[in-house]
Amino acid sequence: MPRLTVDGISIEVPQGATVLQACELAGKEIPRFCYHERLSIAGNCRMCLVEVKPGPPKPQASCALPAAEGQEVRTYSAMVKAAREGVMEFLLINHPLDCPICDQGGECDLQDQSIAYGRGKTRYHEHKRAVTEKYMGPLIKTAMTRCIHCTRCVRFSEEVAGVDEIGALYRGETMQITTYLERAAKHELSANVIDLCPVGALTSRPYAFEARPWELKKTLGIDVSDAMGANIRIDSRGREVLRILPRINDDVNEEWLSDKARYQVDGLTARRLDRPFVRRDGKLVAASWDEAFAAIAALNPGAWIAAIAGDLVDCETMFAAKKLANALGSTLLEGRQTGLAYDATNLAAVNFNTTFAGIETADCILIIGSNLRTEAPLLNVRLRKAVKAGAKVFIVGPEWETTYKAKFLGDDAALLGDLPGKAGKAMTAAARPAIIVGGGGLAKGALAPALALAATWGVVRTLADGGAWNGFNVVHMAASRMGGLMLGYAQAGGIADVVAAKPKLVLALGADEVEYAKFADSTVVYIGHHGDKGAHGADVILPAAAYTEKPGTYVSTEGRVQFADKAVFAPGDAREDWTIIRALADALKVKVGFDNFAGLRAAMVAEVPALGVEGLVDYGALSAAPSGAAASGRIAYPIQDFYLTNPIARASATMQRCSAELLHGVDFAEAAE
Amino acid sequence: MVEEPSCSLTFLYGRSQMLADRDRIFTNLYGYQPWNLKAAQKRGDWDNTAALLARGPAAIIDEIKASALRGRGGAGFPTGMKWSFMPKEPREDRPSFLVINADESEPGSCKDREIIRHDPHKLIEGALVAGFAMRARAAYIYIRGEYIREAETLFAAVQEAYDAGLIGKNACKSGYDFDVFVHRGAGAYICGEETAMLESLEGKKGQPRLKPPFPAGAGLYGCPTTVNNVESIAVAPTILRRGAAWFASFGREGNKGTKLFQISGHVERPCVVEEAMSIPFRELIEKHCGGIRGGWDNLLAVIPGGSSVPLVPAAEIMDAPMDFDGLKAVGSGLGTAAVIVMDKSTDIVRAIARLSHFYMHESCGQCTPCREGTGWMYRVMERLRTGDADVSEIDMLQQVTKQVEGHTICALGDAAAWPIQGLIKHFRPEIERRIFERAGDVREAAE
Repeated sequence: MPRLTVDGISIEVPQGATVLQACELAGKEIPRFCYHERLSIAGNCRMCLVEVKPGPPKPQASCALPAAEGQEVRTYSAMVKAAREGVMEFLLINHPLDCPICDQGGECDLQDQSIAYGRGKTRYHEHKRAVTEKYMGPLIKTAMTRCIHCTRCVRFSEEVAGVDEIGALYRGETMQITTYLERAAKHELSANVIDLCPVGALTSRPYAFEARPWELKKTLGIDVSDAMGANIRIDSRGREVLRILPRINDDVNEEWLSDKARYQVDGLTARRLDRPFVRRDGKLVAASWDEAFAAIAALNPGAWIAAIAGDLVDCETMFAAKKLANALGSTLLEGRQTGLAYDATNLAAVNFNTTFAGIETADCILIIGSNLRTEAPLLNVRLRKAVKAGAKVFIVGPEWETTYKAKFLGDDAALLGDLPGKAGKAMTAAARPAIIVGGGGLAKGALAPALALAATWGVVRTLADGGAWNGFNVVHMAASRMGGLMLGYAQAGGIADVVAAKPKLVLALGADEVEYAKFADSTVVYIGHHGDKGAHGADVILPAAAYTEKPGTYVSTEGRVQFADKAVFAPGDAREDWTIIRALADALKVKVGFDNFAGLRAAMVAEVPALGVEGLVDYGALSAAPSGAAASGRIAYPIQDFYLTNPIARASATMQRCSAELLHGVDFAEAAE
Repeated sequence: MVEEPSCSLTFLYGRSQMLADRDRIFTNLYGYQPWNLKAAQKRGDWDNTAALLARGPAAIIDEIKASALRGRGGAGFPTGMKWSFMPKEPREDRPSFLVINADESEPGSCKDREIIRHDPHKLIEGALVAGFAMRARAAYIYIRGEYIREAETLFAAVQEAYDAGLIGKNACKSGYDFDVFVHRGAGAYICGEETAMLESLEGKKGQPRLKPPFPAGAGLYGCPTTVNNVESIAVAPTILRRGAAWFASFGREGNKGTKLFQISGHVERPCVVEEAMSIPFRELIEKHCGGIRGGWDNLLAVIPGGSSVPLVPAAEIMDAPMDFDGLKAVGSGLGTAAVIVMDKSTDIVRAIARLSHFYMHESCGQCTPCREGTGWMYRVMERLRTGDADVSEIDMLQQVTKQVEGHTICALGDAAAWPIQGLIKHFRPEIERRIFERAGDVREAAE
């Protein structure tokens, strides 16, 4: 714990801290461009120069200098001021002063710091450098003349994403940042470089010239594009969501966000259901709310009602639908639309118990049937960190392009009963072993054998340091999954039980992945926001709100309860889901026990107290494995197209283009520009 | 016509005659004999190297320390001390490496080229001895990309040494396993910076690393590494054979030994020559180069240590001793001892502007002041060359050089700044004259 002084303030800093961190701890602002907390130290922008004694009589890059006992740091001396002015001047001599037409304007580090630390006018009267444009794909818009070569994007791709896609060419003044052969950046976290870029060199292509940051209303939300529960900030203007940015949450998404979560927003204004529809003579025709409710009430379903929850819905919607079904005398609730029927009686056995942050410390990991890059890209980043720290990774399932060293054992689920000796040995020897079961594994019945392996290896244990370790994990892909399971959206036989029960009325809560042909004899009421597969199979459509248009509670796959706020209003006649269900209860002449959102939430928390507390839910101890259970069959991954996994993404022009260009190789030449 | 050198300085190294042939380390510097192993062995290389190794690593390092050998690559760090920073017991999974810097790209420098061309076995034997002393597993010789013939020679020489069992498993029957790899660069000056060289060896873009950590702690592939100049390594076996006292008998205190001087420019006979350190400039030129073209009065300035050091005007350099401290005293440095002599026919502003262009071209582009500053400095220098500038821009240029100097990751920024600072310090009237003359032309034209 070295003690040093910063501008006369004496502080003690943790071992291994840098001078820059020490200055921040002392409350001093140190300007920087290349330094970023989550990336390696490059020390190349030279903006963070400070005066340090003892040391050579020249300013030192504080980001790269270890804090040491007895150092005297000065952040406001004449030497430091001159150094900052000098570096700032150098950065600006070849930077185009095109702030009025630059999308970074208003949130640009270079702008802010040149005002705070710059000289005010230039002494450079030579020609400025211009750099040819680089194509970085459908998401990243480039203006490389603005680049200040901080290499944050390069380091992010290499270190965090694990994809060697972006790098520097040439040297000196002519150095250029580019993607490999100017191809599109293809990995699923590529757009994070836009946030990292301190200037306007890399900006958002779909958001280009849409708005200035000060025009936007910022709402705190939770992402629903996967089950990670990434913390997001929804930037909206008027009734439209213009962009989504990650919020910092070290336990969940650090400060990254997947491209799908970030760019499916333009799908929120396309293919929207903005009025009720009723099917008449085989065709869906627009109707009023009263007509739609009348059509449902006329069915008089009684207890023959079922509710199927979609992947994106919040807990409140599911709870309201549950209350409605219960009031009618039914408990036919299911959320696993594609037919998964794993045992959900013990929620600890279907939870990501290690937690996302915890998996970084695992030293041996067995992944069963999960392509983490598409199913949970942010979790994949954590695994990469674990591998960098020395963890071994074994994967049962078809091969996919990992971003870290991993050994594929084969794609037959039966392997779980007969693991290769090397993998078994490594897991047995590990101090912090972890198992991750994905959707592909769950579909082949891998949950029970995985639990058996967990018991064999003792993945739930007390660590040498006295801490608790639970290495058993399941990765879900639906944002609604854990909340749904907590609310009882699970039948023993999965959705097949619902089909077998032949309900008269099926409430489809944004359920777009169900095979509705199986419900040919039922009346399907679709409560959702997009004209997608669910709406096509529905008999009555009640337009509802998307995740940005309603407050809600979400539980991530690690059992983390999080609350989202409402950013904008739903379009047209669409309403928040719970109000629709409340009105439907009136139409069906039953009481659900709440009249407003606060009442709904209170009722929900009264029933499932854990949903009222932000944070990790305690699901209790892991259940014992059922004896004799074995998995079999070739594992297949459920996600075929990363960019088109939910109705919002499927409606998004940006996601469609990403899918076509990045996954299917369709060539979008720059002709359009 | 040959003037007698100023006798007052001969005391500096205590002798006034030329370095005797018997005291030369590089006995085949001019290629009068073949470079091959057989010829090299006749010259005394590889002579019972096993006995040198038998002294043990500690004794070798002590001997080198006692010889007061300072690194010949430019910085002049004591070589023995550098070797002693290496771990005494390298771990199995973290071997130590010796990297030999043969990326000789400094304008004016050409000593390593001569060593590799004509005496490669001195280098390879030195690699084994130095590598053994620092307990290195292998040596990497990073040779400049443009040295094509030299690289061919080096590859062949290394193969000869392998075939003769001098390196490789049980090198020289000493029981020590030691490999030598030759790696060709791609022609980037910056790869001569030790950490950029390590990056390049690892297959990355040649950009200097941040220090700390220093290479002795985490160098090539993260393992302890020492980077030495070709000359520093090549002289090591001879020092061991002849003794530290012999080597230390040349030169002034703190500047011991013999050194390859590379004299180019406006002298009668440019040459590479091995001489004792601290030889006065005048004597060096008179004895080996046939004097300045047009006589001593025609001398304008000298860049005494390769392009990276400030120039020294004639009056100050003439009697300066050619060593680290002597040249530091006149505001310059010994560098690689690449002596660039310029007579009065030189357009000195253009000469320095050309160097500025070199540094702009060779800046790696990693850190801001050097990437942006070198281009700026060159452009202003180009205008100063023709006088197309304002007098105030001389001071601005001086400030810009100060904004680059000391603000960069490696020393290339300093190297780019110093020649310009030297020019402004010593030749400001010349720059101003051009500006005024040009302005005068304009006035005349307007009339």
